[in-house]
Amino acid sequence: MRVLLACVGLALLSAASAASGQKPFTIELPDEVVPAALADEEAEPVVAACSTCHSLDYITTQPRGKGAQFWRDTVAKMINVYQAPVEPDEAGKVAELLGRRFG
Amino acid sequence: MPIDRRYFIAGAGGALLGAGRLVRAAEMTDLPFANGARPLVQMPQKRPLILQTSRPPQLETPFSVFNEGLLTPNDAFFVRYHLSGLPPEVDPRTFRVTVGGHVKRPLKLSLAALKRDFPATELVAVNQCSGNGRGFMEPRVGGGQLGNGAMGNARWRGVALRHVLEKAGVRAGARQVTFNGLDNPPLDGIPDFVKALDIDHAANGEVMLAWSMNGEDLPYLNGYPLRLVVPGYYGTYWVKHLHEINVVDENFDGYWMKTAYRVPDNDCHCLEPGQKADRTVPISRFNVRSFLTSHAEGDRVRAGALSELRGIAFAGGDPVRRVLVSADGERTWQEARLGEDMGRYAFREWRMGHTFMPGRHAVKVRAETASGEIQPLAQRWQPAGYMRNMVETVTVEAV
Repeated sequence: MRVLLACVGLALLSAASAASGQKPFTIELPDEVVPAALADEEAEPVVAACSTCHSLDYITTQPRGKGAQFWRDTVAKMINVYQAPVEPDEAGKVAELLGRRFG
Repeated sequence: MPIDRRYFIAGAGGALLGAGRLVRAAEMTDLPFANGARPLVQMPQKRPLILQTSRPPQLETPFSVFNEGLLTPNDAFFVRYHLSGLPPEVDPRTFRVTVGGHVKRPLKLSLAALKRDFPATELVAVNQCSGNGRGFMEPRVGGGQLGNGAMGNARWRGVALRHVLEKAGVRAGARQVTFNGLDNPPLDGIPDFVKALDIDHAANGEVMLAWSMNGEDLPYLNGYPLRLVVPGYYGTYWVKHLHEINVVDENFDGYWMKTAYRVPDNDCHCLEPGQKADRTVPISRFNVRSFLTSHAEGDRVRAGALSELRGIAFAGGDPVRRVLVSADGERTWQEARLGEDMGRYAFREWRMGHTFMPGRHAVKVRAETASGEIQPLAQRWQPAGYMRNMVETVTVEAV
């Protein structure tokens, strides 16, 4: 069993070979932690929508107190600019929960 | 192509078992702003660094590293990606960088050809994230909440892009050169990370295709096997895993130039807090910055004895002319001695002796360039939190 260093928003890559010399360098994507603040059933739509493209520490490291509009704008940007495949109903739920927990 | 990922639920410290793997709580560090707790995490070829985000990986250098020496070690150098589609494998034997578009002879160059067919060059230069220090911005702004460790100074080795462009033969009417890396968007529809420089800038002899930093191959997470080095310019232009260079006869209008990484089009590139810019321009050169590295916030020094203060200063190509230090909270300023000059794009060391009386003292550092640019005493705010360069303050206690 491999032992991984973990954390809130775990990231650990494991290298299969060194970059030096002529051998291919292979990298594995990290296993990740669902942060405690998003680990309950109610937050599942957030986990599903956001973690398609990025780890959830993108959410939890943001400053608090930016208000609900900050999170509505962020979700809108992810959908309109980055083409996040999130249905409007779901987007509303995600933005509402993010605003309530992190706004 | 979603990869099967295992998720673990964060435990309140201690160890827990998930999906067959043992997960342990990492050592934590606190960046000095609200919600600044971050784990220290070790990734391949790196020492434990401050984890900003795990996918894509974003790692910040612990600030104490900047007091270890003027060159930032490769294993401590910060990491910043935009898109989570990292190349799963890079094979240096089959890797090719292409040069195409508005040129007479399109090229497809191996690493061996780059090293064999062109003159190699070396340059010491700082790479700094546009949002370095964003977490200190007041009022806070969204984005990566970085302390001041998203910067590093390295000796880059590679070939000047100019030589490669000369070999390809830039055709008349060329306006810009675009740069694309092997990292890709995780989904179709997300704009690929492509950056552009004006043709004259790209061919100025300093912009470099680098395969080595500090005498070793680039670490994977810093762009192995080849990255763009744009001396004096923010890190957003230093495209990693660089494999596609295109000369274009118009101004490139990709998302990462036209919409992202823009700053207010005014002298300070700043706004009143909360405002939005009417006109913006692409972010470009660093402004001047300096730091105290020998002492951290809250450090104790011996009262009545000579303490040596030490640190670094740098700018975007306009050489640092002097560094002023105040040990009494801006009442008086004294000029520090400058150390070895490794070039106008490098960290410049400064030192100053000071005897503190008992009590708490705000130490401030302020650098000025040859053409007279000086760090502001107060913050310059902007909505994206880029280009922070206000005079920093470290409080020491003399006992």
